[in-house]
Amino acid sequence: MILEIAITGVEITFWVCAVLAILGAIGLVTFKKSVHCALSLALVMISLAVIYASLGAPYLFAVQIIVYTGAILMLFLFVIMLVGVSAQDSLGEVVKGHRLAVGLAGVGVLALLVFAVLQGVTGTPIGIDGNANNIQGLAGLLFSRYVIAFEATAALLITAAVAAMVLAHPEQLKKKPGQTERAAARLEAFIRLGTHPGPKPNSGVFARHNSIATPALLPDGTVAPSSVSEVLASRVALPSVDELMAAHDDVLWALEGGDTYEIETDLGQEKTND
Amino acid sequence: MTSLYAVLAVILFTIGLVGFMVRRNALVIFMCIELMLNAANLLFVAFSSHHGILDGQMAAFFVMVVAAAEVVIGLSIIVMIYRARRTTSVDEEIVMKG
Repeated sequence: MILEIAITGVEITFWVCAVLAILGAIGLVTFKKSVHCALSLALVMISLAVIYASLGAPYLFAVQIIVYTGAILMLFLFVIMLVGVSAQDSLGEVVKGHRLAVGLAGVGVLALLVFAVLQGVTGTPIGIDGNANNIQGLAGLLFSRYVIAFEATAALLITAAVAAMVLAHPEQLKKKPGQTERAAARLEAFIRLGTHPGPKPNSGVFARHNSIATPALLPDGTVAPSSVSEVLASRVALPSVDELMAAHDDVLWALEGGDTYEIETDLGQEKTND
Repeated sequence: MTSLYAVLAVILFTIGLVGFMVRRNALVIFMCIELMLNAANLLFVAFSSHHGILDGQMAAFFVMVVAAAEVVIGLSIIVMIYRARRTTSVDEEIVMKG
């Protein structure tokens, strides 16, 4: 007896994707890290998308990949990054006999659903040609028979977007301080700690350079440490006070009527000395 | 052939259900719910093809939209809980306190 086996492309697609989907689903339940769970869920969703394509639903194939795998899973991954990637779940039991009870419930639900769903498979399959006006047909249904549901969906999405913004926004515990409050706080610090209430000196003041690595000089000729960022002070060799003061003195001398030409030659000599 | 798709959908649904009951990380529980929604979608599309009408595909489309909205709300609630309690495990008693 010769068994005539006719395997169609749809069947091959089904068997490959079904195995992948079930493996992915088992991975989702058993992996300890939530990132691995999310990736196995992606495997399930992509295999389902391929099955949709083979069932004559090219539009759902695209939507499944764009919306589910693209948007929803990426959202999951964002939240996993937010709450910590490396966190591992303990899969041990908290309640005794929990696993066994869940297993029994699973088998029961599986049997029940298989029998219930197989009751619904009646008549001969007709099939849908995915190439023939799938999107036009869906659009026709969406805007005629299902137009109310479509409008409700719009309201749902708007509500969800607003709710996400409201929920994700952190509560402002204190009122944001205005100019008056900040000025009062500065004076308070001056009275209590003696902190200078005025603006801090800029870097490069009274110096020959306006580089941020050049500290400002105070009127008494010392360096104002608050004028240079702490990071720069620890990494870059800042010019010494003498060097800065020399430049300062040159400028003062020029202002008092000295010859600018000589200063420039002085500068040139400094450079050659260096 | 439709029965095979139905059985696959039921298996995926059951795995999602078992994961929902076994796992304790709120994020993974949420993914299991998504798996169950996907299984239902597969059944919709399979029966749509079986009967040769597009209404099943339409239903699957609406399920996807509702799932997207649900994920947005659910994940922001999980982020809120994480911010307040520093955990996403639903078994910690600290999550249960008001």
